[in-house]
Amino acid sequence: MDWRGWAEIVFTIALTVAMGWPLGIFMARVWAGERTWLDPVLRPVEALAYAAFGIDRNKGQNWLGYAGAVLAFSAAGFVLLYLQLRFQNLLPLNPQGFDGLSPHLAFNTAVSFVTNTNWQSYAGEATMSNLSQMAGLTVHNFVSAGTGLAIAAAVARAFATDRGENLGNFWVDLTRTTLYVLLPLSIVTALVLVAAGVPQTLLANVEASTIEGAKQVISLFPTASQEAIKQWGTNGGGIFNVNSAHPFENPTPFTNLIEATSINALAFGTVIAFGRIAGARKEAKALIAVMIILVGTAAAAIYASETLTPQPAMIAAGITDAPSNMEGKEVRFGPAASSVWAAQTTGASNGSVNAMHGSFMPLGGGVAMFMIQLGEVLPGGVGSGLYGMVVMALLAVFVAGLMVGRTPEYLGKKVEAREIKFAMLAVLILPLAILGFSAIAAVLPVALEGLLNKGPRGLSEILYAYSSAAGNNGSAFAGLTANTPWWNTTLAIGMLLGRFAYIVPVLAIAGALAAKPKLQPTAGTLPSDSPLFVGLLIGIVLILGGLQFFPALALGPIVEHFQLLAAAASR
Amino acid sequence: MWSHLRPAIVSMVFFILLLGIAYPLGVTGLSQALFPAQAGGSLIRNQAGEIIGSEWIGQIFKDDAYLRPRPSAAGKDGYDAANSSGSNFGPLNEDLATRIKTDAEAIRAADGAGPLPVDAVTASGSGLDPHISPENAARQIERIAKTRGAPPAQVAEIIAQNTQGYLLGFIGRPRVNVLTANLALDARYPKAQAKP
Repeated sequence: MDWRGWAEIVFTIALTVAMGWPLGIFMARVWAGERTWLDPVLRPVEALAYAAFGIDRNKGQNWLGYAGAVLAFSAAGFVLLYLQLRFQNLLPLNPQGFDGLSPHLAFNTAVSFVTNTNWQSYAGEATMSNLSQMAGLTVHNFVSAGTGLAIAAAVARAFATDRGENLGNFWVDLTRTTLYVLLPLSIVTALVLVAAGVPQTLLANVEASTIEGAKQVISLFPTASQEAIKQWGTNGGGIFNVNSAHPFENPTPFTNLIEATSINALAFGTVIAFGRIAGARKEAKALIAVMIILVGTAAAAIYASETLTPQPAMIAAGITDAPSNMEGKEVRFGPAASSVWAAQTTGASNGSVNAMHGSFMPLGGGVAMFMIQLGEVLPGGVGSGLYGMVVMALLAVFVAGLMVGRTPEYLGKKVEAREIKFAMLAVLILPLAILGFSAIAAVLPVALEGLLNKGPRGLSEILYAYSSAAGNNGSAFAGLTANTPWWNTTLAIGMLLGRFAYIVPVLAIAGALAAKPKLQPTAGTLPSDSPLFVGLLIGIVLILGGLQFFPALALGPIVEHFQLLAAAASR
Repeated sequence: MWSHLRPAIVSMVFFILLLGIAYPLGVTGLSQALFPAQAGGSLIRNQAGEIIGSEWIGQIFKDDAYLRPRPSAAGKDGYDAANSSGSNFGPLNEDLATRIKTDAEAIRAADGAGPLPVDAVTASGSGLDPHISPENAARQIERIAKTRGAPPAQVAEIIAQNTQGYLLGFIGRPRVNVLTANLALDARYPKAQAKP
């Protein structure tokens, strides 16, 4: 632990928010259908797309229509991706001659990418053909992110609507977000990454003869183009098995800074865009404050854990330079860059990693897991973080309303029984999927076979896996061997629940809110831009999102921490 | 629901063509034109033009004349650049304790007793870490100098030339590129070539 580490953590988060701000302003223009400087190039492409889709760009959808479009699009994407992965051996651009994926792995991977989870049951460099990486996984990195952002736009419009039902048009939101925001960002980022050392080639691999005469087969891919969107789209599914810890995905501290900031920048930007469209700029800043406070606290906690926890194995071997934990970390990043990344990726449903969370200290790994369990709203996945945080905000004003005995309002909309029921439905999906599946897996021999570590760390591997799946995160305590029928299938079900059993209630809330009159604040309205509200919302996120997981965490990371202290003391 | 069928299927095909084919191929073309070396994997070749590795991918060095990399969990023998992997051991894992003890003993036998830098006995996340810490490199100078019959100060200087510091004074960590440092050592004191 040193001042440079702290400076790097603060700088990374500050730069992320600073990048998100202008992106949010731009995104609000894109969602409003306004002209942008990209119009001369992209307008014709957009018009062509709508003609081919057979849709009228000016025709809005109510919440059911919007939700139906989201589900239809996701289903079509799933079927195509499943077939593409299952039969990649029959398709072109497969220079390594990889086989098609097994049915359960193809199912898991297709669900994983359609739901913006990007859990990797596969080792990319040993499984996926170039075509699968490009025309399969990269495409879904874009469109699953575009889907999340489109839904955020619809939710924002619900607050701006006065007694209406039009939430916008999903196909237009999806297409515009992808073309005007995600694609240009990715092209620029990919080229910067290549300049800094990330490969971008269609060659499968090269064979090197090392200085000492050994043979080394070096896997190559069109890496940079996928790396860029995997970060911007909070996807996280890497080209390589070890994701952004791989020196080809992330060769220098400079590339690491770019990739770390692009995990969260667009999610912060979504909140800014929401504030502009919903006419609630100050309230949006309050949401951003909550996100910064909690993600910053998590980064600090992980950094402290990774640099201060005594390590019995190191003490036994007489290594006095410990205790910075470097197992699973890269020299070029060190504990600080690995800790802030871990907080950002787990707060964001990104799930890319630049260090192995499975080798983190108990509390460091525990905080990462807890961030996922808080509901992926800090600042969350692109789009999904915003609508998740809006759900939390509705619950916060509801709780405050109960305390003073008034009907709660948020951003000029009365919050009533119907909205709260749907909000609870959404937030209960996470504990149901995580704790339900974990409880079964913890006693099922076929599930336990996949564990690498014993004891509490083994339980953490299970708990982390289902948290990651249901939270649509995608990172792992990778000691778990997840490419088995049990794990692939149940994790995929967790991902589907976490995505769609959340989206549908959220759109139902949006529909209900849009139909209500837009009220002017009165003396009895709880201001939702005050420090008081920020504190209340933090409390709701921690208590509602976190409390239900404490008993499970106590048996995993927390008991492991005390075991570690006891073992270190006995040396 | 059925009214969504056409846009769902057609848009998926549209996005596959645009984002799955045009985007990666376009970026590949631009990258190959603008930054051919990096786009190709930053490969390092010998004078005969044969590939001996990549600047970013660590490789195994066993000879006493070379800087040694960190332990690696990639593939069966480590540094398998087609099978990146960390150990994924938790801190209480017994296999981790055994590995650290064995490695620490081997390093002390080769480079003398005393404190060890933590990166010397920990496996990286990728298993392909091309770098070691400057402290780790410094501990190996004496052995390398003795094996090559070179003055330790010169070896230290070559290592320093292959060391990178902080970005902007605080971002990332200082690091020595093992492969390029060893190549520089061979270029300057080539007698090690004779040793197998």
